[in-house]
Amino acid sequence: MRNLPIWIILGLTLTFMIGPFIIIIFAGASAGDALAFPPDGLSLKWYLKVFTIESFRESFLLSMFLAIFGTLTALLLGIPAAYALNRYKLPGDEAIRTIVAAPIIVPGIIVGLALLRYLVVPLDFTVTMALFLAHTALVLPYAVRVVSSSMNNLRADMEEAAVLLGCTRMQAFTKVVLPNIRGGVLAAFILGFVTSFNQVPVSLFLSGPGVKTLPIDMLAYMEITYDPSVAALSALLAFMSLAIVFVAERLLGFSRYV
Amino acid sequence: MSDAIVRLSKLTLSYGKTIAVPDLDLDIMEGELIALLGPSGCGKTTTMRAIAGLLTPTSGTVEINGRDVTRIAANKRGIGLVFQSYALFPHLSAFENVAFGLRLKRMPEAEIKSRTDAGIATVGLSGFEARKPAEMSGGQQQRLALARSLVMEPKVLLLDEPLSNLDARLRLEMRTELQRVQKETGVTMVFVTHDQAEALALADRIVLMKDGKIEQLGTPSELYAEPATAFAAEFMGFENIFRVEGDSLVSKSGRLQLTYEADAPMLGWRPSGVPVGSGPHNGRVLASSFAGGHREYVLDSALGQIKADAPIETAEVQIGETVPFDLPKATARRLAA
Repeated sequence: MRNLPIWIILGLTLTFMIGPFIIIIFAGASAGDALAFPPDGLSLKWYLKVFTIESFRESFLLSMFLAIFGTLTALLLGIPAAYALNRYKLPGDEAIRTIVAAPIIVPGIIVGLALLRYLVVPLDFTVTMALFLAHTALVLPYAVRVVSSSMNNLRADMEEAAVLLGCTRMQAFTKVVLPNIRGGVLAAFILGFVTSFNQVPVSLFLSGPGVKTLPIDMLAYMEITYDPSVAALSALLAFMSLAIVFVAERLLGFSRYV
Repeated sequence: MSDAIVRLSKLTLSYGKTIAVPDLDLDIMEGELIALLGPSGCGKTTTMRAIAGLLTPTSGTVEINGRDVTRIAANKRGIGLVFQSYALFPHLSAFENVAFGLRLKRMPEAEIKSRTDAGIATVGLSGFEARKPAEMSGGQQQRLALARSLVMEPKVLLLDEPLSNLDARLRLEMRTELQRVQKETGVTMVFVTHDQAEALALADRIVLMKDGKIEQLGTPSELYAEPATAFAAEFMGFENIFRVEGDSLVSKSGRLQLTYEADAPMLGWRPSGVPVGSGPHNGRVLASSFAGGHREYVLDSALGQIKADAPIETAEVQIGETVPFDLPKATARRLAA
């Protein structure tokens, strides 16, 4: 039994990592009317009810839109930025790296408040627009970092070889660089998607009439209705994230890039 | 051999404020295999990159086939380059690597196929078409990189340290391979190397470079037998080079009276040109090593260390003993400073 301490640590780790997940799965599968664990009998009615709640449907679509298009925009900005930071010795490149990483360092709640105070209120930005900007900025650091690290292994002479074989610089990028970093790009997309989708603090301030991201909507729902549908929805979202990561791992060894 | 296929005139290349190559003139003839030889930092790679168009000269011109291409982009010069790291495209198969440039030309598929197959066959890689570069050995990757450049039928093929990443056995094999391919295709090859043995073995002509300037230009046998300067002589294996002052040789350690008139600023000897066992000078043996056909001695003399090779038949001298040696006029190479 000399391995006992190791087993205890392992057990505790798994309990705290997977435990909450198991709890929400069962709490959502309750047959009762209140959120409780252990559940009051088992049924799938709350899982079905989630799909009938109008506001969840709207906020889910908003969150999906932000996660997909915010991340795509971040990649559109982040891939060229990562390329430039990797390939060229730029004046002030350290400063650029820091600025790009800032959204991770600055507490989200401050970012949200700042956007509300300086974009939405004085400039009449719509909440959706502000949310889109916030989510893009939030995902940008991941896009730059993950794409950078997959670009690190790519030697510059490969592009020169492509140019000497007749490519323009742009073709060298699309035909040689991009195919070789596509794993990193997809990894950055998934990481960005999940980060954006689960984002709470920034979005907290940025909600208006009828415009809420899903996590904020769930918080709001719980304040009024304490039923197991929120747990059921959480479990469904967790399964969605798992499925995305699983597919990515099978397709291109996602874990290599994170 | 007709006119120059590459002509560099007053070519000056710089990185920021550092001038890597000042005012270089060089003609490369059609169909020749020419080596740019020199230590690292001598400007040989810089010169090669300027020919390829990867580097824009500060001043001067690059002409290819009589046409000024100084301002022509690298992708329009029709020049091939085999990179030291091979720079193969890891996401493409061997076939697609070779076909890459042909596809950019929008050739008909059948022609791409036949030219790619022919290119792959030329370098002896038939059967490896489906492999990814990572699944090939260093030597195979080298051949693949060669094929990828050759199928484009370049006017000039540049090779950056083509043998440096290979082990000794493969290096020898690749050397003959390069010569064979050059004979077969007739392509003008310019290769960059820091290894004089490689340059001597492969090249029709050698351009020895130092500090961005041409130190000496000639055939391998000319360079080997008649190096003009101390730098060239050192590169060609003259390990004993000394300054001449009056009728003496001078080094940092001291001076040595010669028995004959030396009418050159410097004199140099290969170790094989320094007889051990007889002669007017004396040296103490510092090191001795067996090298097959001869024995290599390092002697401590009035001039400091002297390297001398003695035939294996002569009696061995033990370390610490003092032996007579000679720096004869007959084997001395007269050198410019």
